[in-house]
Amino acid sequence: MLPEIGHFALILAFCFALAQAIIPFVGSYRNAIFSIQLAKPLAHGQLLFILISIACLLYAFMSNDFSVQYVAENSNTDLPLPYKIAALWGAHEGSILLWIAILSLWTNAVAFFSRAIPLVFLARILSLLGILSAGFLLFLLTTSNPFVRFLPNIPAQGVDLNPLLQDPGLAIHPPMLYMGYVGFAVVFAFAVVALLNGRLDATWARWMRPWTIAAWSFLTAGITLGSWWAYRELGWGGWWFWDPVENAAFLPWLMGTALMHSLIVAEKRSLFKSWTILLAIATFSLSLLGTFLVRSGVLISVHAFASDPSRGAFLLQFLVIVIGAALLLYAVRAPGIRGGSYFSLLSRETFLLINNVLLVIIMATILLGTLYPLILDALNLGKISVGPPYFNAVFIPLMIPLLVLMGIGPLSYWREMTMLMLIKRLWLPFIGAILLTVILLYVSTGKLPGAVAMGILLATWIMVSTLQLLIDQLIKRKNISFVRHILGMFLAHLGVAVCVIGITLTSYYKVERDIKMSIGDTLPVGPYHFQFISVNNLQGANYQGVDAVFTVAKTNKIISVLHAEKRIYTAQQTALTEAAIDAGVFRDLYIALGEPLSNNTWSVRIYYKPFVRWIWFGGILMVLGGIAAITNKNKSAVKKYE
Amino acid sequence: MNKLLYAPRYLIPLLVFIILAFFLWRGLTLNPRELPSALLNKSAPVFELPDLMQPQQILTHQIFLGHVSLLNVWSTWCVTCHAEHAFLMELAHTQAVTIYGLDYKDDSAAARQWLAQYGNPYKAIAVDKAGQAAINWGVYGTPETFIIDKKGIIRYKVIGALTPTIWQNQLAPLIQQLQN
Amino acid sequence: MKLNPIQRRRLLFILLIIIAVALATALALYALQQNINLFYNSSQIAAGQAPLNHELRLGGMVQANSVKRMPHSLAVNFIVRDNAKSVRVSYVGILPDLFREGQAVVVEGKLTVQGVVQADQVLAKHDEKYMPAILK
Repeated sequence: MLPEIGHFALILAFCFALAQAIIPFVGSYRNAIFSIQLAKPLAHGQLLFILISIACLLYAFMSNDFSVQYVAENSNTDLPLPYKIAALWGAHEGSILLWIAILSLWTNAVAFFSRAIPLVFLARILSLLGILSAGFLLFLLTTSNPFVRFLPNIPAQGVDLNPLLQDPGLAIHPPMLYMGYVGFAVVFAFAVVALLNGRLDATWARWMRPWTIAAWSFLTAGITLGSWWAYRELGWGGWWFWDPVENAAFLPWLMGTALMHSLIVAEKRSLFKSWTILLAIATFSLSLLGTFLVRSGVLISVHAFASDPSRGAFLLQFLVIVIGAALLLYAVRAPGIRGGSYFSLLSRETFLLINNVLLVIIMATILLGTLYPLILDALNLGKISVGPPYFNAVFIPLMIPLLVLMGIGPLSYWREMTMLMLIKRLWLPFIGAILLTVILLYVSTGKLPGAVAMGILLATWIMVSTLQLLIDQLIKRKNISFVRHILGMFLAHLGVAVCVIGITLTSYYKVERDIKMSIGDTLPVGPYHFQFISVNNLQGANYQGVDAVFTVAKTNKIISVLHAEKRIYTAQQTALTEAAIDAGVFRDLYIALGEPLSNNTWSVRIYYKPFVRWIWFGGILMVLGGIAAITNKNKSAVKKYE
Repeated sequence: MNKLLYAPRYLIPLLVFIILAFFLWRGLTLNPRELPSALLNKSAPVFELPDLMQPQQILTHQIFLGHVSLLNVWSTWCVTCHAEHAFLMELAHTQAVTIYGLDYKDDSAAARQWLAQYGNPYKAIAVDKAGQAAINWGVYGTPETFIIDKKGIIRYKVIGALTPTIWQNQLAPLIQQLQN
Repeated sequence: MKLNPIQRRRLLFILLIIIAVALATALALYALQQNINLFYNSSQIAAGQAPLNHELRLGGMVQANSVKRMPHSLAVNFIVRDNAKSVRVSYVGILPDLFREGQAVVVEGKLTVQGVVQADQVLAKHDEKYMPAILK
């Protein structure tokens, strides 16, 4: 009975979404106060019914109701409880339901936090979000209903959740990613309403900014967690694969980053207005595109969802209607939205513009690489794949100027400045960064390899110049309280620098050994000695396996005992490698079991990964920066400071 | 409200999007997972396998000759096959096509019991315990469905569960054509 | 033609952007040319349609009883085939969890003069939905 209630709740939620899409919107143009005031209650009602439907599905998972097809295909009586909850979004149908729930949560957040926005505009924003919600609910109901029953043949046991997904990293990473993806829907709605209103003033930009930063922070957190999950769970120690699914998250992240920066200019200088609107539309379009790419199966990916052309067709039509309409509106209305103040070639405006151009170019090259197999296939030019070497070859050279600019931009002035002023502010951090790089690298390793020196130099350059800004302001103001106004930027930029250090050092100094080891064998890797001690049998709740014990010694002292596992999940009979990781701030030691080659002999993968954790530390710092920027509400103080 | 201004450069994003959408739409009609199938429009692979219901009897690729056939690869351990089974029963009722089964890596007793319980849509079922025949057929997993014409030539392959939609849009017109 | 400062600035920006886009396009196209892998099945490779010593992808089934391991290293040889032709593959390293005889794989590597694909990477193809329960 409950699954039917869940299904019915979804239908009701769809009706609410439809009403929310139409009534307040029409009302806002006819000054019908009652219709406008309906926006908020309709949004609340929609959320309520979506939550009811989620509760029903959750109950089906908890009670092992295998008559529900989605539960039978993604759960099992032996599946541990936390993963039964995570299984809710472990496959296509449930994850779309989660997506809708999050959209509804954001909608209600907008309704709650946007008291300052005139009700007419708020009603339009909520209506636009209602359109998106109605579209996705229709998608769920027509192509991906999670409440479909297996009747009459009810399986006695479920298939189990994909073993790869049985990991704490997975349990939280999709909700985070979706919070980011869907958060950009709010920004999109703001942008479209700005187009409808025919203007984007400083106040509107100021309203948009916290939502942009919030969505961006969630997306950053999601990508960071996803990378950490891939590192732990995919079994070969990589942290980024340039897989289509990863790119699908990275593309809106790049655009969102550009948008955050152009919003600053729109707010403080009334410039880049139509450009900012375009970025907002593009960011959400890329979120939708990502969803389409992942769900339709047009691209091959390691994380692929089972593909279904009818789903792809629906999503594509929805994408074309929503994005096409927004861009058409843009083409008509954007020429009327002009910014008007002067800035010189040498000014912070220029640096932010270059930042935007570079980010858009980077996004375009990654998009090209992601879609290239599809484009060639569509033109009958053969089936190809584009590998990570392409992405590395284009991404790294394009990132270098961006990182250089990150050190310059925050120290530059609005409107105009002379070259002399710029040099005056930059020479100290420049020398400082070079000295630091030489000291850190040459003194510690005795060598100065070009690629590493480049990476470290860029990172220290960002760090030192951001620090310079802090010190300058301290000297000028003799007051510490202003720090919170630049804290967000400070942390986020620091995060990028930390991430760059992690990527550079782990790529250059990692040691990866694939080797055959028998019990008792010892392998030296860097300063460590790995010894294979024993193999024991293992019995888990829904898997069996073996547990290989290794000790790691440094200068004859055992520093760690590692358990690398090979699991066979009972229900699907799939093997899964559970890597053993000795994590540290400065290095990870990573052991993954390959396959048994004979009695007591296994192929083993042993990695030494220096500074790999800094990649994720950087991500965490960026998220903290986002949080700091949102919580700093004292905007009038910002004005004074500028 | 603002007056309409004409500025063609603001149309660029829309044009870029239209081009992109075109490729995405084309992409939908192509399947990147489909390895270029060397089997299509070739004779059905040779096999000699016991019949599930009468194990003494041997089924060969000759069974496909003389009529249009549908070969469904299934197994009792495959959950998607359970979902598909109801539709196969329906299809068997309409007698639109002769349905054969290939029972893939399965326990024969369990398979017979399953068919007894839920109905048997198949005219005959070849037992492929080792999965060797399935390899020759290029089967990736269950369920998969092949359409074979009167001369025993493979004309179509569906990966995943058969649904009324796939039947209506892809298989029914093809079978109609093959029968004439 | 005289340009005022705003027009001059705009012209400069447009020039800068065009240069940046041109550079990026050149970079992307060059990188694409170097790094795309064409996809072949074993019949196409056996028929000599694939280029020698060029990154490619080979898709097919691992032939039963064809996996041979070398005794003292991680080197392994196996045969990938479709229903018509087969191709030998040699690989040094750890095979993925889902690699099995009779399963579909995608091999990334280069075709050598001997007609053997020297693999850099072996990927087991799998779809999360249609996984056989008994893989022996």
